[in-house]
Amino acid sequence: MDTTNLVQAMVSGLLLGLPYGLIAMGLSIIWGVMNIVNFAHGEFLMVSMYITLGLYTFWHFSPVMSIPVSAVILFGTGWLVYRYIVSKVMSGPMLAQVVVTFGLSAFLQGLFLFLFTGNYRTVKVSGILSQSTNIHGVYVSYPQVIASLITIVVTLFLSWFMKNTMTGRAIMATEIDRETAKLMGIDTEKVNALSFGIGLACVGIAGAILSSYYYISPYVGLLFGLMSFVIVALGGFGSITGAVIAAIIIGEVESLGGVLVGPAYKYALVFSLYLIVIFIKPRGFFGW
Amino acid sequence: MSKGKRVLGLVVALSLVLFALYGVAFATKVIKVGAVYPLTGDIAPTGKLCKEGVELAVDIINGKYDLDLIMARTEGIPSLGGAKIKIIFADSQGSPRTGMAEAERLITSEHVVAMVGGYQSAVVKTASYAAERLKIPYVLSDATSPALTRRGFKYFFRVNPDDVISARNFFEFVQDMEKKFNRKLRRVALLYENTEWGSKVAAQQRKWAKEFGFKIVADIPYYHGATDVTSEVLKLKSSKPDVLMHAPYVSDAILFTKTFKKLNFNVPLWMGMSGYLDPNYIKSVGKDGEYVVVRSTFNPDLARIKPLIGKVNELYKKKYGRDMSGIAARSFNAPLVLADAINRAGSLDPDAIRKVLLETDIPGDKILMAWKGVKFNKIHQNIYARYILVQIQGGKYHTVWPWNVASTKVVFPVPAWNKR
Repeated sequence: MDTTNLVQAMVSGLLLGLPYGLIAMGLSIIWGVMNIVNFAHGEFLMVSMYITLGLYTFWHFSPVMSIPVSAVILFGTGWLVYRYIVSKVMSGPMLAQVVVTFGLSAFLQGLFLFLFTGNYRTVKVSGILSQSTNIHGVYVSYPQVIASLITIVVTLFLSWFMKNTMTGRAIMATEIDRETAKLMGIDTEKVNALSFGIGLACVGIAGAILSSYYYISPYVGLLFGLMSFVIVALGGFGSITGAVIAAIIIGEVESLGGVLVGPAYKYALVFSLYLIVIFIKPRGFFGW
Repeated sequence: MSKGKRVLGLVVALSLVLFALYGVAFATKVIKVGAVYPLTGDIAPTGKLCKEGVELAVDIINGKYDLDLIMARTEGIPSLGGAKIKIIFADSQGSPRTGMAEAERLITSEHVVAMVGGYQSAVVKTASYAAERLKIPYVLSDATSPALTRRGFKYFFRVNPDDVISARNFFEFVQDMEKKFNRKLRRVALLYENTEWGSKVAAQQRKWAKEFGFKIVADIPYYHGATDVTSEVLKLKSSKPDVLMHAPYVSDAILFTKTFKKLNFNVPLWMGMSGYLDPNYIKSVGKDGEYVVVRSTFNPDLARIKPLIGKVNELYKKKYGRDMSGIAARSFNAPLVLADAINRAGSLDPDAIRKVLLETDIPGDKILMAWKGVKFNKIHQNIYARYILVQIQGGKYHTVWPWNVASTKVVFPVPAWNKR
């Protein structure tokens, strides 16, 4: 294995990991605040990819331009999904909470299969989004670089937002201790809806940018969803920076591990790492 | 009870009686056949193509068509009073477990008399196991794992060529290319999805590479639902192959093509199968899919040497609005071969159908494919089945091999990504 390929694997791992982080961040916020496992997380990613495809097909929006639109639509979706579906089972048994998002995921897959068939689609990008550059034999594709930069920007923004705004602090307070937060006059129902919205907005951003280099189908969310579960468990429930760092680690293990140990074992490596971490530190690297 | 309600009740009762009578009268005239395909899940687009092929075949069996094809000129099954074939489709979701459960359901509660299709070898393996256990004939024409016909099953028959034939054909082609272009192409890379189908393809390729004296420089299995295949492509790149032989389903064919381009992986001869033959592939990757050489059993441009292909393609186009793909054409065969057997048996008894299937000897001009015919050997594999190779040029598949049926010259070597 020559050095160029090794460096390539590391760079690819980073560019693969960061966008994973954006998806996982959303899951982490929802999980942290509500203690709800959003099994439909990957499916919401799929929805945002179809939104991007729609904006492209009808109005020739490039994926970068559809980021704000997709984020806003997914934020609204998250708010509504919480208000009218998830909040109904919040006080119910754990199983009901699991089943509700699981059912939602099956429903979304079925709905999109019905509406758009199972065909694979891609957004035909042009300009910088279709190019890659070669730095001393290491290939870097611009859309992945853009996706990674956006992840960093969103991470910084959310970290700032959580610490420095009243709303952010309310979310953090609810995350740490719901009952006390309530006693302090925080409207936790509103915080829940807001967190669900923010969580899905992250996925909205990720889906839009992912569409520029990934295919779109009703089942595209499956593995992305699974990966984000592992990342959140690794990074710590509710931690935003934890999710990003864990995502980079996962990206590197997948890419570098694939090259060094053998591609056939890359997912085995990822999931073994997960098992090891939950043995040693069940709450993840940065969990409460 | 008001008068209106009474009338309504009467109408409902009457229609129920009529419906029941209709069912009784109809039951004798319909022969149910089961088919399990991936109609949801990540392989669903391909499953839909298979289904279309089967549906067209059933149209031809049940209707009257002026085609030189078995069962075309008669309506239904003549020896059973013109009974119509009806296919009951079930969804395997691409999973062997669901495929088996659905096959069992079709046989035990839908009472199908036979099974066709399946597409994925892993699913066919379990579904046909259920059929064998319940003693129901299974005619396959769209899955290729050699293991399927090597289990000693009594009721299982395969019309299409398997991966033993495919692997041999691939290496014969590479040898032919070496002669034609006077260039050594000995370094071969194997890349394959890691379920029943892909791994058995690779096993055969390893065997034939040895036989023909080729060197395997990379041997890479992968999970076909992967989100990223960078490490696989980097492995390929560092092995510097002359020939790439890739066995993907459609989603991974798309992902690999994009990653090849992204990481600038160039290979002089790029060969593929299955996923590359799905029209979704060309639609998704556009120009990046140019020059892939894909194995197929059918291509519309073969109409030049076999006019029947053109006629069936026209029917398909009329029904579905696009050219018949190699995938649909392959699935098209099993219902015809089965209907022909039921007709000759003149009975729906599984053993009677099995007996005549063994005696099948359909001449080449009575089938869609450009083969010498259909005849089963002792493991129930059609001995006349073989492959052709097509190359993607200008966004379409063109037959390039064997040389004597080629419609277009093969483009070689594949130009590097930066020279396209």
